[in-house]
Amino acid sequence: MDVLLTVLSTFLATVRDVAPIGILLLFFQLIILRERVPYLKRVIVGFVYVVCGLALFLIGLDQALFPIGEIMAQQLTATEFIQGGNAGGMLDTVKVHWWQYYWVYIFAAAIGFSTTIAEPSLIAVAIKANEASGGALSPWGLRIAVAIGVAVSIALGAFRIVTGTSLAYYMMVGYLLVIIQTMLAPKMIVPLAYDSGGVTTSTVTVPLVTALGLGLASTVPGRSALIDGFGLIALASLFPMITVMAYAQISQWRGNQIVESIS
Amino acid sequence: MKQFLLTIKDALRDLAPIILVVAFFQLAVLQQPFPEPGKILVGLFAVVLGLSLFIQGLQLSLFPLGENMAGALVRKGNVFWLLFFAFALGFGTTIAEPALIAVSNEAAKISASAGVIDNSNDAMNGYSLGLRLTVALSVGVSLLVGVFRIIKGWPIHFIIIGGYLLIVILTQFAPAEIIGIAYDSGGVTTSTITVPLVTALGIGLSTCIKGRNPMIDGFGLIAFASLFPIVFVLIYGMVV
Repeated sequence: MDVLLTVLSTFLATVRDVAPIGILLLFFQLIILRERVPYLKRVIVGFVYVVCGLALFLIGLDQALFPIGEIMAQQLTATEFIQGGNAGGMLDTVKVHWWQYYWVYIFAAAIGFSTTIAEPSLIAVAIKANEASGGALSPWGLRIAVAIGVAVSIALGAFRIVTGTSLAYYMMVGYLLVIIQTMLAPKMIVPLAYDSGGVTTSTVTVPLVTALGLGLASTVPGRSALIDGFGLIALASLFPMITVMAYAQISQWRGNQIVESIS
Repeated sequence: MKQFLLTIKDALRDLAPIILVVAFFQLAVLQQPFPEPGKILVGLFAVVLGLSLFIQGLQLSLFPLGENMAGALVRKGNVFWLLFFAFALGFGTTIAEPALIAVSNEAAKISASAGVIDNSNDAMNGYSLGLRLTVALSVGVSLLVGVFRIIKGWPIHFIIIGGYLLIVILTQFAPAEIIGIAYDSGGVTTSTITVPLVTALGIGLSTCIKGRNPMIDGFGLIAFASLFPIVFVLIYGMVV
């Protein structure tokens, strides 16, 4: 019964998400453009697929991955795990060094990478980028470049929470890199790289990454979940820009034909 | 049918890394068995099926519709309706976004406890609604500006870099409680359904308008939609 209720409410929420877009498209098509929708039947089937698919996807994540991912984030950041079981009553006397959180950094990078690969909106953008570039830009190249960016940023973000350094420094250095790379990278990759920053932080990545951030901020002594818990998402939308531009630069250096074949 | 099996195969490949990471950490690092393995398997099956359906549905509906709409609006030759469409798309999809509603309510609570606004239900509801309207307005404006940029063929980097500089400056003056919310609101606005449609719109426009290149001019709408909300919310925090 409980499961049925979740299924129903997720389904309704997805319909509510899609409804404004459907209404807007219909309004423009019928009233402003006064045109019939081309391939109406196919489009309706497609919309049903989108709604059912997204609802199923969210329900599945909710049942299978999110609970275990969140528990994992808590366990990996727990002080007992970090100190390898010698905690007990010595919590106050044993100082935890930042490098003792190494499993947390590895987990952060791995979960950032793998959730990005599964992110539906990034898949959509990768498909479009492949089409727009006439097949020269492979969807996998782009997705792996973005995923590496997210992996680096989540690991760095975890390191930042552990050490308690200011988010502003990381953001400034990141922005500076973005500006320098914008000048050096092939022109055709720049807009796509900017887009990939906003695309990554979506359905799959945000819940797991937030759980990790909050888990860390609440177990590391001296951190507040409210102030230090955020910032992972901000970094995760910054670094993919850098890695996507770097991907294009590396392709160019290696004499790959990507750039020439487009322009 | 064959097509569908292919998408299922793709979906399995897309999800394999997550499954491997979770399994490795659960079994090798934390050394614990999976709780309720049956439920997890059913859930994973739903995730794979859902992702395949979604991607298939995109190719059938949102992608062609977005590009068609862009083409039809360009042929109509009316810039006003094109810009109106862009604004309505941004505003309409953002105002009802559940993640945004959750974030705004959270923000109202934080501000009330920090003493920025009165600790009454009325004040909190007003603040939260104001924040939602601000973000929705900013996404509408960003798509409008983004579409205008595609029509004009302006280079994107000046606007984006200028926007980031503005954020850096505004951050110095905005109240501390709003900064985290502002940075987060940029990521909240781009939902899984909006992104494909907006991308298709940009590509469609740059293909239809003469002298525009889909790679150079077609992308960038999402970047605007994740940048402008930060600026608008920082200003909202300073004004309220």
